[in-house]
Amino acid sequence: MSTAGLVGETSLVLHRVGKTFAGGVEAVAPLSLRIESGEFVALIGPSGCGKSTLLRLIAGLEKPSVGQIEQPGRNPSDVAYVFQDAHLLPWRKVLGNVSLPLELLGVDRSQREARALDVLKQVGLSGLESRYPANLSGGQRMRVSLARAMITSPQLLLLDEPFAALDEITRQQLDEWLRQIWVRNRMTVLFVTHSINEAAFLADRAIVFTQRPAQIALDHDLSKHLPVDRRADLRGTAEFAEQTQTLYQALEGGHVA
Amino acid sequence: MKKFIGQILPSVLPPVVPFIVLMLAAEIVVRAGWIPAFLLPKPTDVFRSLANNGTEILEALGETALASVVGFAISTIVGIGIAVLLASGGWVQRAFYPYAVFFQTVPIIAVAPLLVIWFGYDITAVIASATVVSIFPVIANTLTGLLSTDPALKDLFLLYGASRFKTLIKLRLPFAMPNILTGLRVAAGLAVIGAIVGEFITGGGLGGLIDVSRQQRQIEKVFATLLVASLLGIALFAAINLVSYRLLRHWHASEKKD
Repeated sequence: MSTAGLVGETSLVLHRVGKTFAGGVEAVAPLSLRIESGEFVALIGPSGCGKSTLLRLIAGLEKPSVGQIEQPGRNPSDVAYVFQDAHLLPWRKVLGNVSLPLELLGVDRSQREARALDVLKQVGLSGLESRYPANLSGGQRMRVSLARAMITSPQLLLLDEPFAALDEITRQQLDEWLRQIWVRNRMTVLFVTHSINEAAFLADRAIVFTQRPAQIALDHDLSKHLPVDRRADLRGTAEFAEQTQTLYQALEGGHVA
Repeated sequence: MKKFIGQILPSVLPPVVPFIVLMLAAEIVVRAGWIPAFLLPKPTDVFRSLANNGTEILEALGETALASVVGFAISTIVGIGIAVLLASGGWVQRAFYPYAVFFQTVPIIAVAPLLVIWFGYDITAVIASATVVSIFPVIANTLTGLLSTDPALKDLFLLYGASRFKTLIKLRLPFAMPNILTGLRVAAGLAVIGAIVGEFITGGGLGGLIDVSRQQRQIEKVFATLLVASLLGIALFAAINLVSYRLLRHWHASEKKD
């Protein structure tokens, strides 16, 4: 376990990284990218544009066809990945699911369970630790999934459209909650989404991708325009509308290209 | 008593009714002489034969039950083991997977006479027969389960550096559990069939008793023995269902109420 990196330190550098799948489908065109430690970055693009592939490359779940990915001092416990659905082990209770990463990393039971209870408290799920996933709501399941990701205190948190399957209200609640967790922990976050609204609300930096093969259409600093502490009412402000408009234009431009 | 009438009776009564109707029909049909009694015995004669030959049939049942259960246990352990090897993704899978598919099409019951040649005229051959007949559904279903592991969860285990063995024990086998239990349910019935076919040749147990009674033209005893053999199959099946319920009730749709 490690504490989140200091802001300003480089977390991740991509040197002309590209991915072409067997069969010749080019998912990601060679692109370069530099992510600083502690940044909250949203990756936006049309469905199937290759942004999820980019996330998998960064996670090490896929090997790049060309280029290099530099991640200084990375261990398995430094990275966490959250999938589109909760993907819990249905035969384990919430506690067993949340402590799974520590179990796989070889931490002993009493330690990992104490830590799991701690994380569950952070995500507002105290008291649900003996429930089975089948007895949770969709939003609760997703929070368990996030608790599982947070249990190693990762320096790099990768999320692949985690709230896409949830209803709008739950989704907005979880957006707000995730932002607060980031404000408290300041880990590096890469958040893949196809929702401009969600990207603008969550991130300090938004990278807009073109259609496949993914290329960067816009790399935009949101933190200059929006506050650090973000609440639901932000969505109704003029500043917020202006930012979503900027992202929308870039996304639309990428479509034409 | 109230509970019995309110809850248990509605679930027990419906399947009992057709059984009674069928028994009555058989009784009437044979008594009226529409079907000769040497082809189909009267149910009352079958039950009388069951009572008269109780000790003999129970002894035979014990032998068949032992062979079936041991054969089933071997099928379970060896079958799951083979499926794990076949799902390993290495050269083992490529080399043997076609055979696993091929063997399912072999009429495996026809192998029973061979087993007697190999294992002799005793319970070993019967156990071998029960095993051979029941193992393929275990292999096939376990393999299906192991090969359908949620890819996202496989990625998760990969990210945290879990070994192949840990992934197997903590993810793939539990994930395959519903499929494994489906395989075991089929295998339980087949193990009894395999044992009885083996006994037709070796001459012991319920199979042997059916064969001897047939030769002596005691058709009501054939039916009485058959009835007991069916009950053995049902008992094994019910035991698997109980295990399945205990293992899956919290998470799998097949065992959840409502």
